[in-house]
Amino acid sequence: MTDAALTRTDAPVRTRPRRVWTGALIGAALAVLAGASLFIGVSDVTPASLLAGDTDAAFLLVASRVPRTVAVVLAGASLAIAGLIMQMMVRNKFVEPSTTGVTEFATLGMLVAMVLWPGMTVVGKMGVATVFGLVGTWVFLRVIRAVPVRQLVLVPLVGIMLGGIVGAVTAFFAYRLDLLQSLGQWSQGSFASVMQGRYEFLWFAAAMAVVAWVAADRFSVIGLGEEFATNLGLNYRRVMAIGTCVIAVITASVLVTAGIIPFLGLVVPNIVSLLVGDNVRRSIPWVAGLGAVFVLACDIIARTVRFPYEIPLSVVVGVIGAGLFLWLLLRKGSRAH
Amino acid sequence: MIALDHVTKRYGTTAALDDVSLTLGDVGVTALLGPNGAGKSTLFSVVGRLIQADAGTVTIDGRDVAETPSSDLARTLAVLRQDNHIAARLTVHDLVEFGRFPHSKGRLTVEDREHIERALDYLDLGPLRDRFLDELSGGQRQRAFVAMILAQDTRYVLLDEPLNNLDLRHMTEIMRLIRRLADELGKTVIVVLHDINFAARYADRIVALRDGRVVADHDVSGFMRPEVLADIYDSPVEVHQIDGKPVALYYE
Repeated sequence: MTDAALTRTDAPVRTRPRRVWTGALIGAALAVLAGASLFIGVSDVTPASLLAGDTDAAFLLVASRVPRTVAVVLAGASLAIAGLIMQMMVRNKFVEPSTTGVTEFATLGMLVAMVLWPGMTVVGKMGVATVFGLVGTWVFLRVIRAVPVRQLVLVPLVGIMLGGIVGAVTAFFAYRLDLLQSLGQWSQGSFASVMQGRYEFLWFAAAMAVVAWVAADRFSVIGLGEEFATNLGLNYRRVMAIGTCVIAVITASVLVTAGIIPFLGLVVPNIVSLLVGDNVRRSIPWVAGLGAVFVLACDIIARTVRFPYEIPLSVVVGVIGAGLFLWLLLRKGSRAH
Repeated sequence: MIALDHVTKRYGTTAALDDVSLTLGDVGVTALLGPNGAGKSTLFSVVGRLIQADAGTVTIDGRDVAETPSSDLARTLAVLRQDNHIAARLTVHDLVEFGRFPHSKGRLTVEDREHIERALDYLDLGPLRDRFLDELSGGQRQRAFVAMILAQDTRYVLLDEPLNNLDLRHMTEIMRLIRRLADELGKTVIVVLHDINFAARYADRIVALRDGRVVADHDVSGFMRPEVLADIYDSPVEVHQIDGKPVALYYE
């Protein structure tokens, strides 16, 4: 066909070898960073000391370093997937749980749990946060129905405003009830307090990531819009409901374990979109891998930059994530999806 | 056969479809014409179960659209709406692959892959298969959408203004393709058009809607008469025979 010459851009077709190399790079980075994460900390745990039979080091590894590393990987991977799924559902590249009020709703849920059932287990708190996250996602989806899909920037703006309102309500009650500080502790993104017995909720997030993976094609079709999905015989409402659950559970379980990790669900899927496109079945392993690598790297920076002290992960993620996001927006030739 | 039986659909007080009874799908290509707001798109939406009629029933091969599982209908009827805006970065191949969704549910069999290849070949999209949709020209993108519909492998194909935003060459290309879908692949195509002459040249039967009602329903020679056309569009239309084919002149 000669009218290949008529295309607006003459971008070369993305070749597979390049993808393979980038994939291998992400895999290698994941292995290296996860390994490094195991051996960074105040106490000396080194491969040598483990081989020498140092039982203290082995205990520390099992009780703290391994859980922390696993938690970081699960949170990074699943939160990035939550962002991807939400972007497909809303058909907008600028949404993720923290730009749509979902995170704020879940935080409000945490506060409600703290006030009404002070002695509640963490699982219970997570349950309440999940319910609030579900409500938050539903409210957001309802509100943006009134916003034309093509108003790309308006959709996240509405979400941020919604989040602002819910966040203000939460802050008000937390202030009046003298819970501002403990709410701050919960919601400040950090994996410092993660150890055995305090991260396992993240497996719920991992389970939801698997659900998203299994239903990947359905989310791709949903990303084409309601009319396309209906034409292809898809039960639009059911897939939207599944997506809502995936987003709420992932948001809530990461929130109770590690707090708010901003930008992750925005930056990672957008970078992957540039690399391999938006076919969810193809992109979801990339999103998971890159999400894990991103949070691992940020966590390691948070632990080493003021060694032996830690700075909050959310600060590192916020700085790097905002930088990356600006780059995505201003990148030469960006079509500003 | 697609049969509409006393179908009514209102938006507020205006009826987009006003008690329409119509049988479609007896010939290869049926063109749906009519002024803006005549109810053409609404008719497609009702037939394609994208919206629900307020009254009346639509049956496809005897099965009520409202009661047939959507996934079954997706193997009988494919609808392509106008102005398809896809925000996702998908390649041509991805899009055509989704056309197999009603059959594969995401797990592609050998047969599904054959359908995909055939659809890509049929629309000459082979060299563009790994291009992202946002890197294509309007005509190429429209071909990619038609390829997706083709991979869906349905008996009925409904195309809502497929010539929108295309230049002359691509308009002709798409219309020739629609003709081939009917003649070579035996599909029943129903297409909304704006241009009377395109309809007269490529369709077998022309149905005109106005104010939510069917106002004319003829074969081409029956339709291309000044009195019929003037009645539909409320303005004088001349019809001339050029090379033995009727051509409407509505520019005066």
